Amino acid sequence: MTSTETTPFREAPIQPGDLLLSIENLHACVEENEILRGVSLQIRAGEIHALMGRNGSGKSTLSKVVAGHPAYTVTAGSIHYRGQDLLGLAPEDRARSGVFLGFQYPVEIPGVSNLEFLRVSCNARRQHRGQEELDTFAFEDHVRETMAIVQMDPAFLERSVNEGFSGGEKKRNEVLQMALLEPLVAILDETDSGLDIDALRIVANGVKKLALPTTATLLITHYQRLLDAITPDFVHVMAAGRILRTGDKDLAMALEQRGYDWIEEADGSDTLQP
Amino acid sequence: MSSAATVEALNKTPYRYGFVTDIETEKISRGLDESVVRLISSKKQEPDFMRQFRLKAYAQWQTMAEPDWAALKYPSIDYQDIVYYSAPRQKEQKASLEDVDPVLLETFDKLGIPLSEQKRLSNVAVDAVFDSVSIATTYKQKLAEHGVVFCSMGEAVKDHPELVERYLGSVVPIGDNFFAALNSAVFSDGSFVYIPKGVQCPMELSTYFRINSDDAGQFERTLIIAEEGASVSYLEGCTAPMFDTNQLHAAVVELVALDDASIKYSTVQNWYAGDENGKGGIYNFVTKRGLCKGRRSRISWTQVETGSAITWKYPGCVLRGQDSVGEFYSVALTNHYQQADTGTKMVHIGPGSRSTIISKGISSGHSVNSYRGLVNMGPQARGARNFSQCDSMLIGDQATANTHPYIQSRQPEATVEHEASTCHISEDQLFYLQSRGIEPEAAVSMLVSGFCRDVFNQLPMEFAAEADKLLALKLEGSVG
Ligand SMILES: Nc1ncnc2c1ncn2[C@@H]1O[C@H](COP(=O)(O)OP(=O)(O)OP(=O)(O)O)[C@@H](O)[C@H]1O
Ligand SMILES: [Mg+2]
Repeated sequence: MTSTETTPFREAPIQPGDLLLSIENLHACVEENEILRGVSLQIRAGEIHALMGRNGSGKSTLSKVVAGHPAYTVTAGSIHYRGQDLLGLAPEDRARSGVFLGFQYPVEIPGVSNLEFLRVSCNARRQHRGQEELDTFAFEDHVRETMAIVQMDPAFLERSVNEGFSGGEKKRNEVLQMALLEPLVAILDETDSGLDIDALRIVANGVKKLALPTTATLLITHYQRLLDAITPDFVHVMAAGRILRTGDKDLAMALEQRGYDWIEEADGSDTLQP
Repeated sequence: MSSAATVEALNKTPYRYGFVTDIETEKISRGLDESVVRLISSKKQEPDFMRQFRLKAYAQWQTMAEPDWAALKYPSIDYQDIVYYSAPRQKEQKASLEDVDPVLLETFDKLGIPLSEQKRLSNVAVDAVFDSVSIATTYKQKLAEHGVVFCSMGEAVKDHPELVERYLGSVVPIGDNFFAALNSAVFSDGSFVYIPKGVQCPMELSTYFRINSDDAGQFERTLIIAEEGASVSYLEGCTAPMFDTNQLHAAVVELVALDDASIKYSTVQNWYAGDENGKGGIYNFVTKRGLCKGRRSRISWTQVETGSAITWKYPGCVLRGQDSVGEFYSVALTNHYQQADTGTKMVHIGPGSRSTIISKGISSGHSVNSYRGLVNMGPQARGARNFSQCDSMLIGDQATANTHPYIQSRQPEATVEHEASTCHISEDQLFYLQSRGIEPEAAVSMLVSGFCRDVFNQLPMEFAAEADKLLALKLEGSVG
């Protein structure tokens, strides 16, 4: 495992435009059901991508396969991260090397302090990057500063991870984790769902701040309002486990107006129904 | 790593206290009969009441049979194959710590329990028991200034015979059960605590039990008395070397709390649990009971049970005093082929008495972990209340968890509430932590310690972190 490297390892510098994530003809199934049916997607440093599509089209599945969820089996295709075979890495090593998934449904972990969880997690990533690990005191300063990005009350540090958090609070906690881990590729799965109007603006601004010319972001969303705040370079539409169409921000606008039917019809959706 | 592989890794647990101290011991030959009981008593130069106590217990024990109702499987114990008295050979009278054999001091140093003056744990007084014989007690002087007596049971019999005679066997009668009777007949040593009226004990008291010998049984006896308005917090820790044979440990602990007194008794049990194939380990058959004798008295048991091949243990409270309070907070972690049958007994006698039971069982490997608890509401216990919560967590698919709550009530105005749950360690929680860069072993121990949080919060501050570390250690794998 790469996690026990003793020599400090610094991530090689990234230039805008470098290929960060490359998904080729990815097929994945869960309990015999094929959910992903040949997804291909290229994501470069400096880009913001939006992934849209009907409920059940496979968006979350794609994000979890990238993060390494054990329930999904990849049956064909590949995922490369910075040229390296990502599928060969354990989930924790993917995270340590800079792949981040903000969950659509973050789980509650009773009894585990949010502060301690965030500290252990942040240090795991820091260790991988050859940075000094932060002790409790140093981390507390660091996390309080970082919380300002999503305007989160430090009181959330004292609570158990996500336990009893409202839907919106959970999503902010996800963005806080993203800010602490400083990923190179961040996939945010419906981070905008469940946020009130002000929270949406705050979170969108936070994500925008974290999107650098040397990092890439994949926003999974159903709503134009997020994309009004963060302008995507590419918009992809997923249907029945495939990316059916790719366009720019205008495609998202068209979807907002017209729904999904016209695309599926145009692309011959009958062959794609499960 | 798949969760199956994670579990595989978890099952390779190191035990860091498995060394044996090479020291000359005084042992009597194997086997038990009345002459052995007399011999133990005379070696300890005991007064007549003590000898009679032992002989009576021995006579009772002979008429009793080993209990067979627990969910435990083990080959029958040959009571004639055990050495009933084993003590490190030391100078007759240890006037001070300086007289303690340096090899023993070194042993306790290695266990992280420094006894020597300079290195002592601050604000924790320690009674160090080695193979059932107390070898040193720290901070005795400072405690004496407050009138607190903290010494070995042997010393108490000599220096405070009236207290011992009055209270020994008053909570756990000699014929209470097979193992208690055996202990009453042959106990060698243990700790004695007396907190006088109105005194809040100025520091944590603790006993550290160390088994060293491979063929001697361990029979300690602890007695804690808190007079009216007194309070004390007491902690015991235990370790043993790794032998591939089994050692019997049958202790008895009695607590007595008078009016408005409170006793908090915490245990971190880490006896050797046997190897990954179930070979070796301690057979731990322990009777612990507290008597809330006075009004508004309070006794709280907190236990973190991680060791022993077999654990048979039900620390309970007899709530005799009106409005008295009994509490039981327990974490029992079993791995490999360990078997634990543990829980509590809350006997409500006094009106308005209250009890709380929080039990967390974690079973991994091929282990069997059972909660067994009794709540009894007597006819006088008007307005008495009990709340019980028993949660089990399974790691892997080879382990077993059982819950056996027994409720008996002869008082219609008493309330008993019981909640129970069993869960598997959740794949989604595990994945969430891993997806944040946390190693599977670290993630599992984080989840387990979160599961146990309510109990750890009850431990004295200094020991809560220890308990956390101990669980992590018990779950640590050798991958990486
Ligand atoms: N464990 C499973 N067993 C069977 N089917 C599953 C399982 N997990 C996911 N699926 C199915 O896979 C399909 C894709 O689910 P996924 O969560 O990826 O959709 P989504 O695009 O994220 O939808 P939404 O927009 O509603 O979040 C769904 O039809 C879902 O029911
Ligand atoms: Mg989804």
